[in-house]
Formats: sequence, C-alpha cells, structure tokens
Amino acid sequence: MSSSSAPPDMQPPQMRDGASAGPPIDADRPTGGRLRLVMDRLVTGAVSAVSVAVALLTVSLVVALLVRSLPVLGLQSLAEMITGTVWHPLQGKFGFWPFIVGTLWVTVLAMLLATPACILTAIYLAEYAATGLRAVVRPMIDVLAGIPSVVYGLFGVLVIVPLVRDRLAPAAAEHLSGVPLLAPGKVSTGYCVLAAAVVLALMVTPVIISVAEEVLRGVSPGVREASLSLGATRWETVKHVSFRIAMPGLIAAVVLGFARAFGETMAVLMVAGNVAQLPGSLFDPAYPLPALIANNYGEMMSIPLYDSALMLGALILLVVVLIFNLLAELVLIWARRRSSQ
Amino acid sequence: MRALMMLSAAAVVGGLLILIVVITVQGAGALSWAMVTQLPSGGYYLGKEGGLLNAIVGSLLLAGGATLLAGVLALPVALYLQRDYGGDTRRANLVRMSLDLLWGVPSIVYGAFGFTIMLYLGMRASLLGGILALTLVVLPIMARAMDEVFRLVSVSLKEASWALGATRWETMRSVVLRQALPGLLTAVLLAFGRAIGDAASVLFTAGYTDNLPQSLLDPVASLPLAVFFQLGTPFPEVQQRAYAAAFILLVLVLLVSVGGRLLASRMSRFSADR
Repeated sequence: MSSSSAPPDMQPPQMRDGASAGPPIDADRPTGGRLRLVMDRLVTGAVSAVSVAVALLTVSLVVALLVRSLPVLGLQSLAEMITGTVWHPLQGKFGFWPFIVGTLWVTVLAMLLATPACILTAIYLAEYAATGLRAVVRPMIDVLAGIPSVVYGLFGVLVIVPLVRDRLAPAAAEHLSGVPLLAPGKVSTGYCVLAAAVVLALMVTPVIISVAEEVLRGVSPGVREASLSLGATRWETVKHVSFRIAMPGLIAAVVLGFARAFGETMAVLMVAGNVAQLPGSLFDPAYPLPALIANNYGEMMSIPLYDSALMLGALILLVVVLIFNLLAELVLIWARRRSSQ
Repeated sequence: MRALMMLSAAAVVGGLLILIVVITVQGAGALSWAMVTQLPSGGYYLGKEGGLLNAIVGSLLLAGGATLLAGVLALPVALYLQRDYGGDTRRANLVRMSLDLLWGVPSIVYGAFGFTIMLYLGMRASLLGGILALTLVVLPIMARAMDEVFRLVSVSLKEASWALGATRWETMRSVVLRQALPGLLTAVLLAFGRAIGDAASVLFTAGYTDNLPQSLLDPVASLPLAVFFQLGTPFPEVQQRAYAAAFILLVLVLLVSVGGRLLASRMSRFSADR
C-alpha cells in the first residue's frame, strides 16, 4: 500500500499508521503472535494463584490464632479451660464455661424463636404469595439483611430491653414463679438472655428467609404440579412434596443462620448484660464469647496471658463456626448427590 | 395454616420495619447539621458541641479501601471459579468450599486475626489495619456475588468470541467482563454496604480517634463504633448522638443497597441476552 518511492515526510501521518497496522501485515500471523498466548497463560496462572492463596486463608486463620493461644495452652489443658467456671485474669484463671454457656443460651433461644417464623415466611413467599407481593418483599428482605449489627443492637437497647424489663419480666415473676428457666431470679434489668435472643432472632431472619425461599423455589414445578393434579391441596403439596425435597436445603439455611448468630458480636454485646456467670433463667444476664473478646481488647495487653486467653476464645469461636458450616456444606452436597441419582 | 404463614411473614417484615422506623425517628430527632460537618471538640463526650465528621469520613475511608482491595482479590477468584479456568476441578471446588467457610467466619475472629498479624508486624491500630481486616470480611461476600454474576453470562456469547480466535483472557476481558459489569457493580456496592456497617473487625484494628487520619498509619474512627461508644456513656445528650450516628449509618447502608439494586436493573436493560 505505502509506496517506498515517496519521501516519508510527504505522506500524511494517518496513511502511514493505516499501512503499518493494515491487514496484509497482520495476515501473516493470524493468531497475533505468541504474546497473546503468553498473556493468556499469565492471566490463568495469576487467577489460580490468587484463588489458592484465598483458599489458604482459612488455614492461616486457624494457625495464627493457635500460635497466639499457645502460651495459655501450655499452662492449662484445653479441657480444663473449657470446663472451668472461674474467670479471673489477674490470678491467671481462664475458665471459658460461663461464656460458652452464655453463647449457647442466647444462640439456641434465638434460633428457636426465628426458625419457625422464617420457614413459614419462606413457604408463604415461595408457594403462596402473589407474584406482585413477592416482587416487593423479596428485595426488601435482601436489603434488610444488610443492616449493620450495631443498628440491631441499638434497636434492642431502645425497644426490646425496656419491653423485657417493664413488661415481660414482671409478668413472668407474677405468673411463672417457680418454673425453672422462665422465672426471673431477681429484678431483671432487661439486659438479659431473652433480650439478646430476640435481637439476634430478628437479625438472622433475613438471612434464613433468603436462603430458605431460594431452596423452596428450586423444587421443580413438575413435581409440585403432579401432586396438585392428584387432588392434593396446596398445604398437602407443601408438606409432603416441596418440604421433603427441600429439607436438606432448609436445614442448611438454619445452620447458616445459627453460625451467623453464634459469632455475632456487637448486637449481643449491647443487650446481653455481660455478667460472667452461668445464667439461671431467661431474665438473667449472660456473657457470650464474642462479647468477652470485644469488651476486653483494651486491657488485654496489660495482664500476662490475657491476650493469649482471648485469642483462644476467638479460636474456639472460629472452630465451632467452621464445624457448623462444614456440616451445612456436607448436608447440601449429600442432598445434591441424592437428587441427581 | 395459610393464616399462620401470613401471620409470621407479617411479624417478620413488620418487626424489621418497626426497627427502621424507631431508628429513623430517634436518630433524625437527634440529628443536626453540626453532627455531619464538625469534628468532636473538647468536651464533646460530656455533651458539648461538635460532630461526627471523624466517624463519617473514617467509615467511608475504611469501607472504600476495603471494597477496593477486596475487589482486586475477588475478581480473579470469581474468574477462576468459572468453567474457563478452574471449573469443576478438585482445586476449584476446594476454593469454593473455602469461600463458603470464610463467608461464615464471624467478623470478630477476623478482627482478632488482623490484630495478631499487626502485632507480629509491629503495627499500631490504624486505617491500614482496619482496611485489611475489613477486606477479609467482605472478600468472600464479594467473590461469591461475582461468581454468580459471571455464571449468568451466556455460554454462546463466549463461544462466539472463541470462534473468532480470541483467547480465554481476551474473551473474559472484552466480552464477559463487559457483559457482567452491572452485576459486578452491584456486588461491589453490596460489599461496601457490608463493610461500612461492620464494627467487630475494626474494633481491634482501626482504633478510634477524634481526628481525621493524615496517613494510612493513623488510627481512624468509624460510625458503628461511634454508636457503640456514645451509647456507653452515662450522658443522655451523648446517647442521643449515638442514635443520630446509627441513623446516618442506616441511611448510608440503605442508600448503597437500594442504589446498587436499582443500578443493576437499570443497566441490565442495556445489555441484551439476559
């Protein structure tokens, strides 16, 4: 195209550019040369390297916390610390039992409150609700799932705690005295197991509903229609067909909610009362493990072994949550295998 | 049974709406122009004048930095999970499972982990430390969301690109990334919303200060911690400010979250083949 006879400075620049990038030259190497392939290889390598590094993060979390908690583990056995009931850092006594029990009380109660309501709501949204209603509620629930936990905590302080203190605790003292677990021990401040559980229950609802609804909608319409065509009512279809097929997914949804509630820190810290004792009733304060870690980060460097003990607390939390998530994962994998057979 | 279901749906949605209303009423009542434009002055925590600018700026910096960093890491991970790279190999499944596990790790554990690493490196509580801890919190959220988005890109589009002789990377860069852009933006905004509301991870790592940070190594305030600390004081005026801080936080999160969804639905109209 470009003539070699013409002096270079007389050619307009555009023409020269066009010539050098023109088809005849590129046609000699249709793949664009090695560079493109090298680039492709490089990206593949980088992408897989980053992924493996991220995957290794789980291991490094455990290892780092384990290394930090070794000093205290060298002094006392793990079993001794987990079952110990005395928490007195100045004397070097680190008994985690009250905190573990506090966490379990709050979390289990929260799940008992949240699970039935969440599953029913998910069934309603997935099987009954009109498309228009669902189109409004579904994104709303996703948005609500993003509300920060301090906001839930503040709501607990403003609404739930006064409600428990002024209404529920006096009522329970009047009607339920003598009933174990339900009768208030002494005058309740409102900052107690029940308040924390209600706040946590409210917090995990969007998470559980979101997953559970998705699982229920994943049940194939063919199966559902077969049941309906046999004359089953909607509820019978839900109970005997959808529910049964979706069961593993629903269990996974609840376990995910449980793990979320178990590790939740700020909301619980704000309403649980934080007294290191074994709660005797729903109206007693509790001191869950995450709250313990968050509350004492300031002074933990000034007392020997204190930081090590708190890191052990974080490690216990991590291991429990990892086990629960692994279980949920295995249930889901098992369900997928079963349904593909 | 149906009535019971509607009842529980109403209870759940109603409870959550009451939460928003209570925070809005209490917070908006306590909000003033000075709250969002001034730094805390002397005696602020006894009820004297000043504002929350330190926490607002701090939170935006923390969440912005963490979102950026997590995005840079999550994008390759999400790409790797596609059939073009990792696909269904054992290694990709391992990565996928690790992400699920990391997603469930409590943020206080990330805070403790970040703190451990910072002790090892001899770092003080700082903006950088907070960003790193928050990055860990949002990384699995973002990677999973991006993975979902990439999955929606149709295979025929990719095949068309390969058929023209484009390499995997060229296809990813010019076809898949472009097609997935609205979804990716939503994922980024979701992660930002999560990062700005997280308190437990920055508690150890970012510290708290009344000043604006001058460098990455300065400690920095954040809105969730502003709520927490001010609520803990015995003065009603200061507690009022905690409500205001919570309201600002709630508005930011809702704006980002709703905005992200609207953006995604608006932009998905322009990308065909959905």
